Amino acid sequence: MKRAAFTNRWLPILLLLPQMAIIVVFFYWPAWHALTSSFYLQDPFGFSETFVGFANYTSLWKSAPYARAASFTVVFSLLVTFLSLAIALLLAVKADKVIKGAKAYRTALMWVYAVAPPVAGVMGIILFNQSWGPLTRFLTMLGWDFKLGVNYYDTAFAMVLVSVWKQIPVNFIFFLSGLQSIPKSVREAALIDNRSASGRFWDITFPLLAPTGFFLLITNITYSLFDTFGVIDTLVKGEPGNNPMTLVYKVYVDGFRGNDMGGSSAQSVILMVLVLAMTIAQFRLVERRIHYT
Amino acid sequence: MAQVTLSGITKTYPNGVTAVHPASFSIPHGEFIVLVGPSGCGKSTMLRMIAGLEDISAGDLHIGARLVNHIDPADRDIAMVFQNYALYPHMSVRKNIGYGLKNRKIPQAQIDQKVAEASALLNLDDYLDRKPSQLSGGQRQRVAMGRAIVRDPALFLFDEPLSNLDAKLRNQMRIEIKALQRRLGVTSVYVTHDQVEAMTMADRIIVMNEGRIEQIGSPSEIYHSPATTFVASFMGAPPMNLLHGEILNGMAQIGDLRLAAAPKAASGAVVIGLRPEDITPDAAGPLMLDIALVEELGAHRLLHGSLLGQPISLHVSKDIAASTGPLRASFKPETLSLFAADTGVRL
Ligand SMILES: Nc1ncnc2c1ncn2[C@@H]1O[C@H](COP(=O)(O)OP(=O)(O)OP(=O)(O)O)[C@@H](O)[C@H]1O
Ligand SMILES: [Mg+2]
Repeated sequence: MKRAAFTNRWLPILLLLPQMAIIVVFFYWPAWHALTSSFYLQDPFGFSETFVGFANYTSLWKSAPYARAASFTVVFSLLVTFLSLAIALLLAVKADKVIKGAKAYRTALMWVYAVAPPVAGVMGIILFNQSWGPLTRFLTMLGWDFKLGVNYYDTAFAMVLVSVWKQIPVNFIFFLSGLQSIPKSVREAALIDNRSASGRFWDITFPLLAPTGFFLLITNITYSLFDTFGVIDTLVKGEPGNNPMTLVYKVYVDGFRGNDMGGSSAQSVILMVLVLAMTIAQFRLVERRIHYT
Repeated sequence: MAQVTLSGITKTYPNGVTAVHPASFSIPHGEFIVLVGPSGCGKSTMLRMIAGLEDISAGDLHIGARLVNHIDPADRDIAMVFQNYALYPHMSVRKNIGYGLKNRKIPQAQIDQKVAEASALLNLDDYLDRKPSQLSGGQRQRVAMGRAIVRDPALFLFDEPLSNLDAKLRNQMRIEIKALQRRLGVTSVYVTHDQVEAMTMADRIIVMNEGRIEQIGSPSEIYHSPATTFVASFMGAPPMNLLHGEILNGMAQIGDLRLAAAPKAASGAVVIGLRPEDITPDAAGPLMLDIALVEELGAHRLLHGSLLGQPISLHVSKDIAASTGPLRASFKPETLSLFAADTGVRL
């Protein structure tokens, strides 16, 4: 491999500087700030701070709303990740078989990806509007008295639905390109070796998609934990009330609505640790398991 | 009863390309048949129709007594070896070889035994627990063979299985495959564009050109009595010399040079075919050649030049001194082939 070398030792540093500045300003500094303020208690008007040690953390440990949000987050993430991966995989397998009009089909699916999360949330609000939302009407027809923003489970249902819908296209594109990178002759060999289509899928296609699937699993967990903020915020219209919320959304609600900077900081530190652990686990696993060629 | 029978098998792709024009032939039990022809002539298409990987546009295909046109590949009792081996990258060699058996509800003990037999036969014992990515090209080729033979199919199909190997390994595997097929006695269809493979492996060769079968015959028939000028020029390195001439008064001749008696009814323009090795330097011979180039090949030499202005090559033993310039030569009249100049068909 050819390696380019810099002759001037200041040039690489100069070139790295903008990137480093961005990381420092938008990550290290806020992270440090969150870490320090998680050990303080602020008065409601932000005039003074008192050092309280781990009190913010211990009170989270005992907090019923926090436990409720945490368990909702786990269920929500599992559902969103599983459903958006499973549905996208199903669609990709079907699309892979389509020869005519395949491009139009893919483009149509891809459009959803271009929708920003809050916009997806707004679309959810429209679809689930109490008096005239088409989905509400449909569910009413089925005998489900759907109340978005009022009934805890109905709201949770809408959150999962919109989040899944939003995430399917990306997964779809990755799965489809994963499928198409399986050599044609390998599929044909399987066609001769195994008469059952589902057998071929689970024995050959699925394992060969594993690298793609694993990558998507990680990105989807991250998505469901963090990037669904916009969807949730729009759906509950900033009025969390009795509605379900994820841990990330709770950081925002407690910090900016409840003015509990210390507690909110402690929550975000917990989340940072979680992300760090997940990232390390991801790299470990990727290194160890997934390489075939 | 023939093992495989094709009756009017045709392939037209959805884009309108007719890759195989109606083809009919049958393959007796245990025969090794080689499909050969230039790139794009439809060999793979023909093979893939037999395998069931490509729909048959028209015609009937029987394997054994069974019409298999609409039978899935897995139910045709065939095994196929692909050009790039098509091994399952995530499975060990053992699992690759056994996969086809596992799906046929064969007890595990029997699978293990068959895999063991195949791997012993193919010298794969030391590699059974490796993944395909940890094998050399030749070893992968063997695994692909193993996957085919454990199944005990009625028919082996090969699509250029050796073309990804280097020349030495190719020669070795060629012999191994042929010996294996002899030993197992399984009817085989083997696609290649390598005429050496075709000549050395085949019981019968099918030469294809632009989707049509040009000739079916034993290697020696194909070589010595090509049915068309296409076959004559495709088989043999260097190919048969094709000289333009005419038939006058029952004699094939080039200008005034009379070469051989022609079949009775024939007349007019002809193409005269003469294998390079059927021409020998001979001071008293009738052919007056002008040699322009000598190719040294070790065991023998190739001389390239012209006869009455038409290009010609001859193949001489290393014991005969050769140089450029004029050379007298003779040929055996019975080795000469005559083809109609307009259709290219043998007279
Ligand atoms: N899926 C397809 N759709 C349309 N045309 C095709 C398709 N596959 C092959 N063809 C065409 O059919 C003809 C025969 O192709 P085929 O693959 O059978 O050739 P081949 O003899 O195996 O050549 P090669 O030696 O290069 O492998 C070619 O003209 C090719 O372009
Ligand atoms: Mg081919």
